[in-house]
Amino acid sequence: MDVLRLVNLGVEVDGKKILENVNLYIQKGQTFVLFGPNGSGKSSLLMSIIGNPKYKIYDGRIIFKGQDITYAPTDERVKMGMGIAFQNPPKIGGVKLIDVLKHCAKLGGTEDKIEEFAKLLGMEDFLHRDLNVGFSGGEVKRSELLQLMLLNPDFVMLDEPDSGVDLENIAIIGEAINKLLERDKPAEERRKAGIIITHTGHILNYVDADYGVILYKGKIVCMGNPFDLLKDISEFGYEGCVKRCLRRF
Amino acid sequence: MPEEILKERLESVGIEMDPKKRSGSFLLLDQDVKSVAKFMEGLEIMPIKRALEKYDWLEDYLWKAVKVKDEFTREVEEDFNGYFIRALPNAKVEIPVEACLYLSKVKKQKVHNIVIAEEGSEINIISGCTSHPKAMGMHIGVSEFYVKKNAKLTFTMIHSWSEDIEVRPRSGVIVEENGTYISNYVLLTPAKLVQMYPTAYLKRNATAVFSSIVVAFKNATIDMGNKAVLMEKGSSAEIISRTISKGGRVIARGHIVAEVPEVKGHLECRGLILDEGEILAVPELEAKCPNVDLSHEAAIGKIAEDEIFYLMSRGMTQDEATATIIRGFMEIDIKGIPPALKREIDKAIELAERELL
Repeated sequence: MDVLRLVNLGVEVDGKKILENVNLYIQKGQTFVLFGPNGSGKSSLLMSIIGNPKYKIYDGRIIFKGQDITYAPTDERVKMGMGIAFQNPPKIGGVKLIDVLKHCAKLGGTEDKIEEFAKLLGMEDFLHRDLNVGFSGGEVKRSELLQLMLLNPDFVMLDEPDSGVDLENIAIIGEAINKLLERDKPAEERRKAGIIITHTGHILNYVDADYGVILYKGKIVCMGNPFDLLKDISEFGYEGCVKRCLRRF
Repeated sequence: MPEEILKERLESVGIEMDPKKRSGSFLLLDQDVKSVAKFMEGLEIMPIKRALEKYDWLEDYLWKAVKVKDEFTREVEEDFNGYFIRALPNAKVEIPVEACLYLSKVKKQKVHNIVIAEEGSEINIISGCTSHPKAMGMHIGVSEFYVKKNAKLTFTMIHSWSEDIEVRPRSGVIVEENGTYISNYVLLTPAKLVQMYPTAYLKRNATAVFSSIVVAFKNATIDMGNKAVLMEKGSSAEIISRTISKGGRVIARGHIVAEVPEVKGHLECRGLILDEGEILAVPELEAKCPNVDLSHEAAIGKIAEDEIFYLMSRGMTQDEATATIIRGFMEIDIKGIPPALKREIDKAIELAERELL
């Protein structure tokens, strides 16, 4: 059964088209990796799926768990089982991380896991700090993953979880992602699905994914084995890679 | 007057009338002292008139920290009532003393209060000022605070007026050597006009911290701020305010004066405009000599859309997200405030949250 189905999706921001005719089917248990050069629309795609009001859908549909959610508010999508880790979340003064975690845990039915997951991600000392205020790049990523783990979504979106993370912490992040996407379980038992945006591909050393997709100038141009795609990208660059893919079509 | 309304109004400003939770209690109804109670040694609490009869020396404290300078102070000079609260030397009055001023029928409630924290003492006071929901009138409150050597006074004032009330407190604080004065001011309910400018005069190594959380609803004018005069070496002051306009007009003032070298002051005023309203931030720093450390930051804005969206992506509704952000905005880490007072402030914020959405 499809978890997520994007049908001819077209998105614009401030009147400028940034995604065109995007089609994507993601099934239970599948993890996709989204590649693409800067500005190709990777983050915009996740923003559109989660329902950021700045991203206006001018064409197509978003179907989640069989329901049309194209125009549903973000919190409804989240209550239906979506979750996202942002690349650069805003800092919110006076709002404590723990308060947001408690909210996530309540929705995710993980109220008894706050301490355990905070420890796993090394965030115990941040619980009573203001949300993202004064967090380093790596701390922001771990805080995002912690919130997601407690939210416990069926469909997980991760926007560059590996960027700005030092070697010491990338294994921790990899472990958290594997838990989130149930990659630590045998394939037939996995129920969760997700999309991971990676610019460098580092995270693929820690998380195995099923499919890779290249987004190029707002369109999906390649799809295939994520490890092969990454090899092609590093060998031929995005442009070369795209040309090869288009020839194959 | 139905006792229930009184009780409800008192509770909204943190007045409990519970001997277990308070070390002393004072209630002024219009111009009359309704009750005075003391549950602890080392503490004195009585009507100001009685204190002036009892202690000759108290004359010297009258109009020393606050000067008679405008029509409002002159009116209080002619006729007043109020409280006298004193922590005896080295007494530690940890459980808060509560003082409440309630305006119901009079046109003008004229108050003169004196608080003295004697040498080495520590005292926490929660002062709630409120009015009958239908009351119309003016509250003029002169308050003089004297913090002696090595003493610490924490004064938390919660205001809960009704829409037709004008409020003009006139407060002055003198903090002696190594003394600490911590003031917290909370106004989260409608009022017609609030105009106040408590001023602290700081001696050697003395500290003053003023924190204010203020909301101006439609048709309200809130002109408030704090001034700190750093008079002697080693003194320091911090003035922090969070103001929210929901249709009303706010003037958020702050003024730190460095009269001598080796003093430190910081001013921080942040404003948030919900929907519509007006905020004017006036931070002033004044140095009269070199080698001082004065700074300020001021910012006025609205709730950022990306912050609302971020919290919605954690499953909060738009209203929940907005309330969470407003609440965060009003959250000030007040150093050295006892948990009982912090609870009262949190309670007032909670009550206001619904009105702000």
